[in-house]
Amino acid sequence: MAEHREFFYRRLHSLLGVIPIGVFLIQHLVVNHFAVYGEESFNKAAGFMHDLPFRLALEIVIIFLPILFHAILGVYIVFVAKNNTRRYGYFRNWMFYLQRVTGIITFVFIAWHVWETRVQIGMGNAELDYSLMENILSNPVMFWFYIIGVISTTFHFANGLWSFMVSWGITQSPKSQKIATYATLVVFLAISYIGVRALIQFAYGV
Amino acid sequence: MAEQSTVTFIITRQDSPESSPYQETFEIPYKKNMNVISGLMEIRRNPVNANGEETAPVQWDMNCLEEVCGACSMVINGTARQSCAALVDELEQPIRLEPMSTFPVIRDLFVDREQMFDALKQVKAWIPIDGTHDLGPGPRMPEKKRQWAYELSKCMTCGVCLEACPNVNDKSDFIGPAALSQARLFNAHPTGEMNKSERLEGLMEDGGISGCSNAQNCVQVCPKGIPLTTSIAAMNRATNIQSFKNFFGSDHAH
Repeated sequence: MAEHREFFYRRLHSLLGVIPIGVFLIQHLVVNHFAVYGEESFNKAAGFMHDLPFRLALEIVIIFLPILFHAILGVYIVFVAKNNTRRYGYFRNWMFYLQRVTGIITFVFIAWHVWETRVQIGMGNAELDYSLMENILSNPVMFWFYIIGVISTTFHFANGLWSFMVSWGITQSPKSQKIATYATLVVFLAISYIGVRALIQFAYGV
Repeated sequence: MAEQSTVTFIITRQDSPESSPYQETFEIPYKKNMNVISGLMEIRRNPVNANGEETAPVQWDMNCLEEVCGACSMVINGTARQSCAALVDELEQPIRLEPMSTFPVIRDLFVDREQMFDALKQVKAWIPIDGTHDLGPGPRMPEKKRQWAYELSKCMTCGVCLEACPNVNDKSDFIGPAALSQARLFNAHPTGEMNKSERLEGLMEDGGISGCSNAQNCVQVCPKGIPLTTSIAAMNRATNIQSFKNFFGSDHAH
């Protein structure tokens, strides 16, 4: 392994983006969506997640460590690229560029979001319930920050899924890669809807 | 069509690898069917710039003059391509010539593509057939596969794919698309296949295949139409399988 460290880290980076981070993202947005069915429904769903056995271990192994690794190596990957969409304005080159832009936005968003929710709850300054998110998102600035953050995250995941399929050699032919583009576009639209719908519910109660 | 009398070249020049680049304009007499190289040859014959000042002739690299050697690549009106195949009649004027930015400049438009040849060494892009005795004929290649492999063999190490790749630059050690596709070519050869894992190991070294982030500019700009991104995805699969074999072990020697 030692002689192929970069190869191993880059493959691990690609894998972690989908499993477990991508899976967790979908689960998180789906649980949030319970808010649309009412405050009680959300509190019940969030409470179920909160009361899972070995919660802290699950959080560390499935969420914190993978995201930390993905984020740190990801920022490095952003800095070693020299974007050239002005000269080479092809679709995939734009996606490459947007993957880096949304990666940085998502990184800032997640850092803020974790601080504001999980860390505050952990320090006993906040309670995990509907009103926590209602209070945050009733501020229009925070609402738009969350909208941008969520859409940036879902884009990064959906486009990353496309990249994942190439990096693992699943989609090789131009045709399969093209169909994967459409499929990941559908994934992007679907999970963006799920995420944004819950934000609107928290912010405006509709 | 009005008969053109002159052609204007704006050339980014650099006197030595360390000195800073500057631009110089040349106006040369128009000739029918001229290409960028015949324009550069005219400047070499009479090295006088547009201000009428005598100057050093512009240096560039060239060899075959029929778009198979890859030596004469440069950035022409913003696009990296071979200057031998760039016809003046098809170019917007003034014609801007720059050296490719990914490679170190030796002088003027002449760049050092050595990193591409080092990359071919990294992935062992050749077929070892030498022995201490006659090894006899190798296995035959099906005609259909030969035709397919021929497309990959058109790579002329011209550097255009590296120039277009956002991940090939001085901050990264990524070897670029060309060598990745060459590893696939030699791994597909019936004799080359015998050393398949050695090439895959080369691809897995630092700066190897994992440096690709799928911007896919390479396949768009390749002057030979080589399916570079298909090669990369195929090598992704092969290196992943190789790495699993290396770690978990397998029944077959690697």
